[in-house]
Amino acid sequence: MTEHEGRNVVPTDRPPEQPATLVRDFTPDLIDVGTHHLCPGCGEPVAMRAALEAVAELGVVQRTIGVFGIGCYTAFSNNLDVEVLQALHGRAPSLATGVKRAKPAAFVFTVQGDGDMVNEGLQEVIHTAARGENVTCIMLNNGVFGETGGHMTATTVIGQRTKNTLEGRNAEDHGHPILLANMLAGIDGSAYVARGAVNNAHNVALTKQMITAAFESQIAGRGFSFVEVLTMCPTGWFIDTTEAPEYLADNLAAVHQIGVLKDVARADA
Amino acid sequence: MSEKRVLTRGTVVIDVDACKGCDLCIDACPPGVLTMTSHELNARGYAFPILSPGCTGCRICAQICPDFVFQVYKYDEPIELVVNE
Repeated sequence: MTEHEGRNVVPTDRPPEQPATLVRDFTPDLIDVGTHHLCPGCGEPVAMRAALEAVAELGVVQRTIGVFGIGCYTAFSNNLDVEVLQALHGRAPSLATGVKRAKPAAFVFTVQGDGDMVNEGLQEVIHTAARGENVTCIMLNNGVFGETGGHMTATTVIGQRTKNTLEGRNAEDHGHPILLANMLAGIDGSAYVARGAVNNAHNVALTKQMITAAFESQIAGRGFSFVEVLTMCPTGWFIDTTEAPEYLADNLAAVHQIGVLKDVARADA
Repeated sequence: MSEKRVLTRGTVVIDVDACKGCDLCIDACPPGVLTMTSHELNARGYAFPILSPGCTGCRICAQICPDFVFQVYKYDEPIELVVNE
């Protein structure tokens, strides 16, 4: 006997029999296979979805080239219906620079994590921003090296428990977190800088708007654009999946504050 | 046992075997019509959500689901589903 029997359960194994309109499909067109091997409650697939939906909605699918860093999200690099290049740790902004300069008509974005972008290759993204390269960089920030077991990164907030800061990060021993979006917003070559999150439906929608605005900035040729997305990593945070959205709001988002930090298009208006 | 009619504006199709049982949809669902199975597991060994009458088709479950488990439909005309209490 299944749990469905004898209960007030609506069948969910098939589309409804009554006239109805499909308002949201399993996956967007540009993600080939929905199933992936990321952990339960991970925020990265939601951020990937927002980015790929924006690519499709802006009509740049045929000229899109994604450049992936190395992290859990790299699982999506061979699962997308757009061209993807794999960069070495932290080098995605430089590879994206080369792609954009060689093929100026291409639409180029990178996907990196905080470990990849801020620890392994911080100079790459700073110089790419300073040069005002017309590419978009997306950083998925969960404050841990998720792929290698949940160790501290340069964005880990003070007090955050990680594999090698079991009592929580403290400034005396481990230094202070780097607020990358704030740093990039202060560089003249950047045109659009924002920080979103995927811990609730409101923030997912907000993040999608930010990614869309960053992509539009590139299409308009305004220069470097950057969106940081705070994502849940319940495995690396050693907490239950249901606690992760609130943990993100109370800890990561309290330091890495959500919002648009720079938008030269709006400043000009 | 009494009967109650629940206004239902939408519904979802659930890809049960793609679910990893993270529970995020349960907390996020505004009308609270999703519940996790307590002992039934999918092919991957995870509990998965089941739907009760009263879905509004708001899409929030699909927006926050990391495993793209939900396909959301909105009824062209709201329907009433009978609930036994």
